[in-house]
Amino acid sequence: MLDLCDQIFVLLKHWMLGWPIWPESVKPLVSILLSIVPIMLVFAGLFAIMTVLERKGLGRIQNRYGPNRVGPYGFLQFAADGIKALTKEDVVPRAADKVIHFLAPLVLIVPVFLAYSVLPFGRNMVPMDIDAGVLFFFAVGAATELAVFMAGWSSRNKYSLLGAMRAIAQMVSYEVPLIVSTITVVMMVGSLSTVKIVEAQADYSGQWPQWHLFTPWGFAGFVLFLIAAMAESNRSPFDLPEGESEIVAGYFLEYSGFKFALFFLAEYLGMFAVSGMAVTLFLGGWTAPLAFLSWLPSWLWFFAKLMALIFLFIWARGTVPRMRMDQLMNFAWKFMLPMALINILAAGLWHFLPAGMGRWMACSAVIGIPYILLGRGLVGGKQFAKRTYRFAE
Amino acid sequence: MLGEGIIKGLAETARNFVGSYVDEDRLTTVQYPEERLPAQEAARNFPFLLFDGNDPHAGLRCVACQICERECPPQCIYIEKSKDKKPDYVGKPQFYPAVFDIDISVCMSCQICVEVCPFEAIKMDTEFELSNTDRFGGLLLDKHQLAKSNEYYHKIHPTEAAGVDSRLAADKAKVEAKARADAEAKARAAAAKATALPTLKAAPAPEA
Repeated sequence: MLDLCDQIFVLLKHWMLGWPIWPESVKPLVSILLSIVPIMLVFAGLFAIMTVLERKGLGRIQNRYGPNRVGPYGFLQFAADGIKALTKEDVVPRAADKVIHFLAPLVLIVPVFLAYSVLPFGRNMVPMDIDAGVLFFFAVGAATELAVFMAGWSSRNKYSLLGAMRAIAQMVSYEVPLIVSTITVVMMVGSLSTVKIVEAQADYSGQWPQWHLFTPWGFAGFVLFLIAAMAESNRSPFDLPEGESEIVAGYFLEYSGFKFALFFLAEYLGMFAVSGMAVTLFLGGWTAPLAFLSWLPSWLWFFAKLMALIFLFIWARGTVPRMRMDQLMNFAWKFMLPMALINILAAGLWHFLPAGMGRWMACSAVIGIPYILLGRGLVGGKQFAKRTYRFAE
Repeated sequence: MLGEGIIKGLAETARNFVGSYVDEDRLTTVQYPEERLPAQEAARNFPFLLFDGNDPHAGLRCVACQICERECPPQCIYIEKSKDKKPDYVGKPQFYPAVFDIDISVCMSCQICVEVCPFEAIKMDTEFELSNTDRFGGLLLDKHQLAKSNEYYHKIHPTEAAGVDSRLAADKAKVEAKARADAEAKARAAAAKATALPTLKAAPAPEA
């Protein structure tokens, strides 16, 4: 029974594929569709709920109620927003490059959806188990930068262009620590396949899971990955490309109606995808957090961890103000990248030292000491004191 | 150490997040249509016409002098004077406005009409829920919509209304005292005339 619950979606797909209405020749196509359509529906639905939950959560952080008018507790707000976006006039600037302007949101949304194809949502629930799953994920993830620049460039608006240029600078910079922090996991598991990475974390020592998070290099890698993921998905405090207060809305300033909604959707779906990747790499994918909880369906655990990470994203957004461009770049190149590189060294040490307390101490020191020193380098030398003013005589 | 500030900040926002569910006092939002703040006495929005008693026509204080119409900076008041007269609060026959319209889509709530009115007939209202589906006709208020009782005025601006009432009462008392004095003087004159009558009878009456 529990096994059935765990595998229900897999069995459902096989059952639907077994219907005699499909000719043998279209069966591969049907199989693909049966994988794609649920993903698109589930994550679009998650996007809808998350927009409401985010607004409510941010509201609570600021001691407000948040949306509570449409439907019970305001949970139908997304429907109202969707209808508004669909019925709004679609304005295209006269000077815009119309073809690219039209294509940009589509080019953005396609790679974002493609990224889901390698995420293992549960036991035996991976749409596409390819050997280079992680590589594929980051390859399609990098394609979103193209779309962002297409949007900013084709709008022919200085704010859009500024936003797009900021986006490129930021995304290229943070792509490096994002991938370098992933390398540790690939090194330790010895595979680029997301399924293998999850399987490597599926064992338990007693009740405790053997997730990568619970190792020094895994913890450091997870934090680095999460920070870089925030920057990759243009979330606050790294939302400079949008920067409402300085460049209005950045690269999607000249988009209205449903195209704007598509950008919004792509931003959230990108956030979910990268959170799903963080879950797969560091939080043990679909495995239960404690051994005796393994009877719960695996997909439930995946989505629980995903929601927890998304909550972390929202929490960070409600806490940290937007960074300045030079701070952003300094942070990426002077802190994130060295730390990610040192983390590779720590992972190597972890692999070659014999298991035990000594290994823990050595790895923690290799990560901790540069952390403190680099942190001093970023913060150090700055004296924060009450500002004194000199007035003209 | 790097990251300390972020941890502190996260703790602070978490405290706010949880606190807003635990402690109702944290949420300062007044959920407007269901909840309202108590009305402020000093609030003002658009003018209205005051009437005494129960009949908006008989008690209307406005005498159609048209000062407010002339003084109104955005020219949102339109008045037509009546042909006949009706007694005002002291009983003196006065004109009244046959038509008194205020276009509140034009009105800028400057209160100049209130300040220039010598009859305490026009005052500022606090009613703000005036949204309307007809943006021309619906926002042009006529005499019947504008007329509001003195009790209503007392309700929205108690201190101001008490001052106005005492002033009007003093005026009325003065007028009545003057009338009484006039009447007495007349009576005295008549009496004096009556007493003087016999002596004057012989002489030819100059007034006649």
